[in-house]
Amino acid sequence: MPMKLAKFTFASLAILFLVAPLIAILPLAFTSSVILTYPIPSWSLRWFEELFTADAWRRAIINSLIVGSGTTLLATVLGTAASLGLRNRLLLFRGSVRTLFLLPMVVPAVVLGVGMQVLLARFGLTNSYAGVIIAHTVVAVPFVVVSVTGALAGIDERVELAAQSLGASPATVFCRVTLPLAMPGVLSGAVLAFATSLDEVVLTLFVAGPNQRTLARQMFSSIRENISPAIAAAAFLFIAATILVGLAVMVFRSMLAKRR
Amino acid sequence: MSARSSRTGRSLLLVAPLLLFLIGFFVWPLFSMMSQAISDPAVLRLLPKTAEVIGDWDRKSPPSIAMQTALTDDLKAVGDDQALGDMVRRLNSARSGFRTLMSKTTSALQDTANPPADLVSIDKRWEKPEFWQAIADALSPLTDRNLLAAVDLGRNASGQIAHLPADQSVNRVILARTFWIAALVTFTCTCIGFPYAIIAASLSGWKRDLMLGAVLLPLWTSLLVRTAAWFILLQEQGLINDLLRGLGLIDAPLALIFNRTGVIIAMTHVLLPFMVLPIYSVLITIPENLMPAAASLGAPPWRAFLRVLLPLSLRGVASGGLLVFISAIGYYITPALIGGPGDQMISSIIAFYATGSANWGMAGALGMVLLVATLVLYSVYARFSVDEPGRR
Repeated sequence: MPMKLAKFTFASLAILFLVAPLIAILPLAFTSSVILTYPIPSWSLRWFEELFTADAWRRAIINSLIVGSGTTLLATVLGTAASLGLRNRLLLFRGSVRTLFLLPMVVPAVVLGVGMQVLLARFGLTNSYAGVIIAHTVVAVPFVVVSVTGALAGIDERVELAAQSLGASPATVFCRVTLPLAMPGVLSGAVLAFATSLDEVVLTLFVAGPNQRTLARQMFSSIRENISPAIAAAAFLFIAATILVGLAVMVFRSMLAKRR
Repeated sequence: MSARSSRTGRSLLLVAPLLLFLIGFFVWPLFSMMSQAISDPAVLRLLPKTAEVIGDWDRKSPPSIAMQTALTDDLKAVGDDQALGDMVRRLNSARSGFRTLMSKTTSALQDTANPPADLVSIDKRWEKPEFWQAIADALSPLTDRNLLAAVDLGRNASGQIAHLPADQSVNRVILARTFWIAALVTFTCTCIGFPYAIIAASLSGWKRDLMLGAVLLPLWTSLLVRTAAWFILLQEQGLINDLLRGLGLIDAPLALIFNRTGVIIAMTHVLLPFMVLPIYSVLITIPENLMPAAASLGAPPWRAFLRVLLPLSLRGVASGGLLVFISAIGYYITPALIGGPGDQMISSIIAFYATGSANWGMAGALGMVLLVATLVLYSVYARFSVDEPGRR
């Protein structure tokens, strides 16, 4: 019995440690005070108003949406195509190529940021949306590759062979059989790519100019320079979006699981 | 056969765009960062003629007329003040005195009314071979200076590798600190994550879902949100201090932010999921009846744990630990926002060199150290996870 109690206490404390910080920040989004502390004097929506009307925050939100959409599109197209190509077991250096595709997840962001800044400066791409989208795509693409590869691995190749033997051209097989079956993986890859771009700070610090400040970048500098409850309001939006994204991915995954 | 080769061709076409994209915007940036670390064009770019004639010099005798004319011509041709400043800084770091010598020389050369006969007539120091040696050494397009400086080494006057003076030796301290913080975070993650995974794997139903959900929720939440949350909790007027004071445990607020404690707490929170998930995924593959079997053979619980569960789950602990450690050594955001000046890790120093002081050589050299450390550890990690299916 004491063992069971110890286990219960440990698990509760650990769950508290993991979840409490995320919950503690939420009510502060609705404070009327200018400082970010408890107790909350009275409730107000002023910080959400600030978020959507103050120039710096509003522009940051718009920039995040622009960069996020661009990254999602580029990473999903490149990552899905590459995952389809990697299905072929006859491909030379298949393992090394796959490792290369996953390495951007491993390399420290600051190291990549320094190199990226040097290179983009050479192409005149610093301080441009294109540069930021390229940088974000590099770190977002592994998530697409992992997600789509997983979905493709679940496809029974006999289905495709059956379509082929019934006279379908390779293009038809792809459009009518392979792609629909892989779609949940593609969609959850796209969602992950968007989430990666939304949260990316370090590369943005290196390659973006003042006109491409993203929401995450704006949050970083405001925590550093003048912390205000606007941060909590932004965090509230992030957490709400996370829950929506999590639900979306769970729906895609269950679509995938149902078909098996 | 032709169907097969056309299929291979199609696959290649599908893989090629991402491959080219990553070679262009991932591999190339890393290489250009490394080439910044070892290339040293500041002097060579401005003194091309000197570079041609100085090769014939024996490094001991006084400078020849040809060398002096070449250098005069080169210096007259310099139009870019910033590049000149870079070169003088580079030469002055090799041999002090160059700053005054160069400014005296360039202003004398600009005086077109009464042009100087040769360099020695401007300043006697141009007779000394030491200054010419410094130029000859600096003309090499490659340098190991930055890489050596990254680990607090440098070349002394005779070209041998030696420790830099103590006032310039900060990088080793920072490297050691980076590894130490990463090790501490790995340790705390193991202490919390291992029992957590064991408990989660031993439960079923909603209890297990709750424990896994509690790990996944932070993993899915933005890193900045989590860091901001810890900022709010840890600050002097934060919830933790309020709570402890409310309970009467402390009188004055504890210093939890802008110091090591805060960094370790926040980083543990951020990286804990990377520890729990690999261990959990190993644990659920262990047959459930092993522990009861050990107990029925008379092993007390601690012994069954040490002899059965621990060895079987060690691979999960090792890969989780490596994952946490690899992520921790490259951390930038959390130490930058929660840490104090004494808690900055190697990434912060790289960012400082790159954006603060535009010293790309040092940023590249330290980046190379971090990159190599990460890749070596990752290859160990990859071996762990590759072995997995084969061993079962």
